[in-house]
Amino acid sequence: MSARVEHTGSVKTFAMIWVTLLILTGITVGASLVDLNAFNIVIALLIASCKATLVVLFFMEARYSSKITKVTIVSALFFLLLLLGLSLTDYISRGWPH
Amino acid sequence: MEQQKESVVFGMWLFLVTEVMFFGGMFCAYLVYRLSYYNAWVSGSQTMDIRLGAINTAVLLCSSFTMVMAVHSAKISKRNLQVLFLLATIALGLVFLVIKGVEYHDHWVHGEVPGLNYFFNGTDPRHAALFFSLYFAMTGMHALHMVIGIGLLTWLTIRALQGAWTAEYHSPVEMCGLYWHFVDIVWIYLFPLLYLISKHHGA
Repeated sequence: MSARVEHTGSVKTFAMIWVTLLILTGITVGASLVDLNAFNIVIALLIASCKATLVVLFFMEARYSSKITKVTIVSALFFLLLLLGLSLTDYISRGWPH
Repeated sequence: MEQQKESVVFGMWLFLVTEVMFFGGMFCAYLVYRLSYYNAWVSGSQTMDIRLGAINTAVLLCSSFTMVMAVHSAKISKRNLQVLFLLATIALGLVFLVIKGVEYHDHWVHGEVPGLNYFFNGTDPRHAALFFSLYFAMTGMHALHMVIGIGLLTWLTIRALQGAWTAEYHSPVEMCGLYWHFVDIVWIYLFPLLYLISKHHGA
């Protein structure tokens, strides 16, 4: 039996993603030191989402996974946003708890 | 064989979806209460040590890199490299837990542990207790996942020493990798939400 050829990232890619993640961590810490009012949370969550996306695509190798797995990952994101989105719009629109 | 491998990855992701929803519930509670008791959230959040939080974030990201290298070493059947990278991942995981322990100790000393030792006297201490409760629930569940992960990695290392992981068969290494990266992602969101976003008294 010949060895299966497997889709996998190269060590160089892994190292580049690793360094990028560390740089993004530095940037998010730096951004938090500047008073940007409401944009502090927006920038922090944007950078966190960039980092999470890099981890999912390159470290968890989602870019090489099957269609059904990709659908599963997107559905997780969808239901999480549904949970957070609908809960928050409800609370914000009612002005709870005041 | 290819189909078996696909279904293992698919099954692992299904489990991770349930984990996303589990942590998602706590993130949701955190955001709702932050909107409700904003001043308490800011005063609670400002007790966090950003330096230690940032170091821990870097430690976890490094551990994700060593994990991905362990999986890679398994795929090319390099036994010694597998052991080396698995041990590095375990070590970094332990460093994370030790630093987290130091932070917990600081919170204890400063009376920021609701229910057990609470004499926090910042803004709105009654609702800041909610912040600290959620902080301990979220970081505690995250730390528990790390402990389980370190247990799995220890088993992987022992099997790696026995030469169990080869190019033909390494699914357990890959699945533990997925789990470890997931736990890393949870921290990627916990770090800004708990430590960073309330540094300034903005909106």
